[in-house]
Amino acid sequence: MSVLALKNVSRSFGPIEVLHGVDIALRPGRVHALIGENGAGKSTTMKILAGYQPPSSGQVLLDGRPVGFASMGQAEAQGISMIHQEFNLAEQLTVEQNIFLGRELKRGPFLDKPAMRARTRDLLDRLECRVAPDRVVSTLSNSDKQMVEIAKALLRDTRVLVMDEPTAVLTRAETAILLRQVRALREAGTAVLFTSHKLDEVEAIADDLTIMRDGRVVWTGEAAAMDQHAMANAMVGREMSDLFPAKVSTPGEVALQVANLTVPGFSRDIGFTLRRGEVLGVAGLIGSGRTETFEGLCGLRPATGDVRIFGQPARIDHPWQAQSLGLCYLTEDRKTRGLLLGKGLRENLTLQALSKFSRGLLDTGAEERALDRAIADFDIRGHRGALVGNLSGGNQQKLLFAKTMLADPQIVVIDEPTRGIDIGTKQQMYVLIRRLAAEGRAIVVISSEMQEVIGLADRILVMRHGRITGELGADATEDAIVKLAMGVATEREPA
Amino acid sequence: MSDATAPRRIRMTVIGPILALVLLVVAGALMNPNFLGWDNVTNVLARSAFIGIIAVGMTFVITAGGLDLSVGSMAAFIAGLMILVMNSLVPSMGVGIPVILVGMAVALLAGLAAGLLNGILITRLGIEAFIVTLGSMGIYRSLVTWLADGGTLSLDFALRSLYQPVYYGGIFGITWPIIVFAVVVVIGEIVMRSTAFGRHCAAIGSNEQVAKYSSVRVDRVRLTTYAALGLLVGLATIMYVPRLGSASSATGMLWELEAIAAVIIGGTVLKGGFGRVWGTVIGVLILTLIGNLLNLTDFVSPYLNGAIQGAIIVLAVVLQREGKAR
Repeated sequence: MSVLALKNVSRSFGPIEVLHGVDIALRPGRVHALIGENGAGKSTTMKILAGYQPPSSGQVLLDGRPVGFASMGQAEAQGISMIHQEFNLAEQLTVEQNIFLGRELKRGPFLDKPAMRARTRDLLDRLECRVAPDRVVSTLSNSDKQMVEIAKALLRDTRVLVMDEPTAVLTRAETAILLRQVRALREAGTAVLFTSHKLDEVEAIADDLTIMRDGRVVWTGEAAAMDQHAMANAMVGREMSDLFPAKVSTPGEVALQVANLTVPGFSRDIGFTLRRGEVLGVAGLIGSGRTETFEGLCGLRPATGDVRIFGQPARIDHPWQAQSLGLCYLTEDRKTRGLLLGKGLRENLTLQALSKFSRGLLDTGAEERALDRAIADFDIRGHRGALVGNLSGGNQQKLLFAKTMLADPQIVVIDEPTRGIDIGTKQQMYVLIRRLAAEGRAIVVISSEMQEVIGLADRILVMRHGRITGELGADATEDAIVKLAMGVATEREPA
Repeated sequence: MSDATAPRRIRMTVIGPILALVLLVVAGALMNPNFLGWDNVTNVLARSAFIGIIAVGMTFVITAGGLDLSVGSMAAFIAGLMILVMNSLVPSMGVGIPVILVGMAVALLAGLAAGLLNGILITRLGIEAFIVTLGSMGIYRSLVTWLADGGTLSLDFALRSLYQPVYYGGIFGITWPIIVFAVVVVIGEIVMRSTAFGRHCAAIGSNEQVAKYSSVRVDRVRLTTYAALGLLVGLATIMYVPRLGSASSATGMLWELEAIAAVIIGGTVLKGGFGRVWGTVIGVLILTLIGNLLNLTDFVSPYLNGAIQGAIIVLAVVLQREGKAR
């Protein structure tokens, strides 16, 4: 007997139908994984389940009876909670205030702070989260924010918990804690629905599995019936060949030489060399200073050090200086640093290289032609007139890529090239990155996914606590990277 | 998500201000036959010119996510300075066009300098635009009062009649302030719509981080918006001084609020990220027409002008918000 189910649900936005007759059933005490490529309709399905959006046709069944949630508040009153990818927290309030927001404990007319403090401690302890209840949420890391969201849901006696990519921003250790919590919820009889692009997690924890493609359910059943390979094939709808393209690298002249690069507060004495045609991987745990080091290199934060670009000493205090020297940084944070979500594709595409389209006045025709080319070259799908905020994550990432490459940088630093995008798009990104290297550009790829670094890079730098702890060749193993990243081994192997 | 409804929504915010303007004109024409007469139309346009010229500059500042509260007192200070300089030159240079040209140059340079000062404090020292310009607003207002010793600075009488045609004269019956306003609007519209600078302003206003990560020279663009606004305040003052031939501590009072109101009524987003110059023109005309209508008709006391303008500003922002909500 399912606690919450969709029956033949379709959903349209304007004239476009994005869900076609979806059936899905969540059972108490079971973990249900929903997987699919970006744009397959997972998010819409979850929003309909959690009462954020009504279906255009079909039924939402709660305990077998059709319901129409007029608002998410009503759904929440029925014990249905949803945790979004973009957190729903009041940034300026404390952890405790957020957890009890809207259901504060009171003693008479006053807030019962000691009781709320104690409950908060208790909840955070269960989550093995060591954040003080009086910390302001805006000062927390993403993973801690995720834990606060989960604590919030735990407080609300949730019967159905819907989680949109809960592990996307978590480290391995944090993911393990989260999965333990999910198992505990399952023991307590909660129905859990979650999405993830990490198929190993799905395999590890899901009891039931639903795979979507192009707005339809293409497979549903016991998760044990599918292995990772079968899941990937079902998601993409074709046989997945090798995820990573062949590494054909012919290193050319030295493009970038960095010595004694120090980004105050984040990293010290970073040095490396990068040649044309090379892909240099940068691995390390979240918080190891990878992003900040390269932001410092590209003039995005204060940094000191000796940088040579094609042999010439370079002084870079601003990103535009880096760009004029042929060095561009592609941010890991496409939503708040990469793209203008409220603007269209064209304005976003040409923003970084606008001078190419301007002879006094902007040549809109040339911009449109550049957009045509980018859509074709980078396989960007989506309505041409859409706002960028309405594109799927994978298409946003491709657009960000196209935007950066329009500036024609010779040295490209790509931070987390595939965060939160599906496996089919990932494969496309990998091919793109190798192609850029084959064109003779010098590439740095920063990534938290070790598979990705190993599969893509010719050489790998591992960082820990703001320093480079080792350099590995293309034949590196995950084990070797982990050891360097965790500080177990510190010898520096010759490249 | 709602691709299909996006264009319709935009169209509504486009039509809103135009509709309001048309309604005002129709109401005016019905209530008073002189309303659409040549004299009244040119009068309305000329009165709109000062605020209008400033409001065009303000459109860029607000689009780039900034604000400038100092423009009204800046105009008063520039007017006072200009009059003092011209008066002091009369003994040596005599009454003639050169003195007026020097006065104009002083006004433009002073405006540019004042705008640059605001811009540098905001971009280099990273102080909130609201705070910086609130401060400079007080400083300029106080400086002009001090220059005038609490009273009024009057332009040399002979010089005044020589200078007057700049406000009252014109070609083909169209006075200079209207012509200058029109030129500023056309240039402003082109810059906003089809130059890299205009695009960069919108990008910075919608997300400064994204602009920075996209190699936009954020500080330089913002500084330029404040400098250009200062220059336009100087230009507006050049057109304004010959009207009365004097400056006092009451000159340019509340111009900043009228200019900001015109920008917002015209559909530019107060938080930045989207601006349109032609909308600002409509905003200025709406504000001026309300005052003009109240003067021409006797249904409502002209003393309620401010109340009606205030209501319209709030209404415009409410409509803007509705356009944004899903």
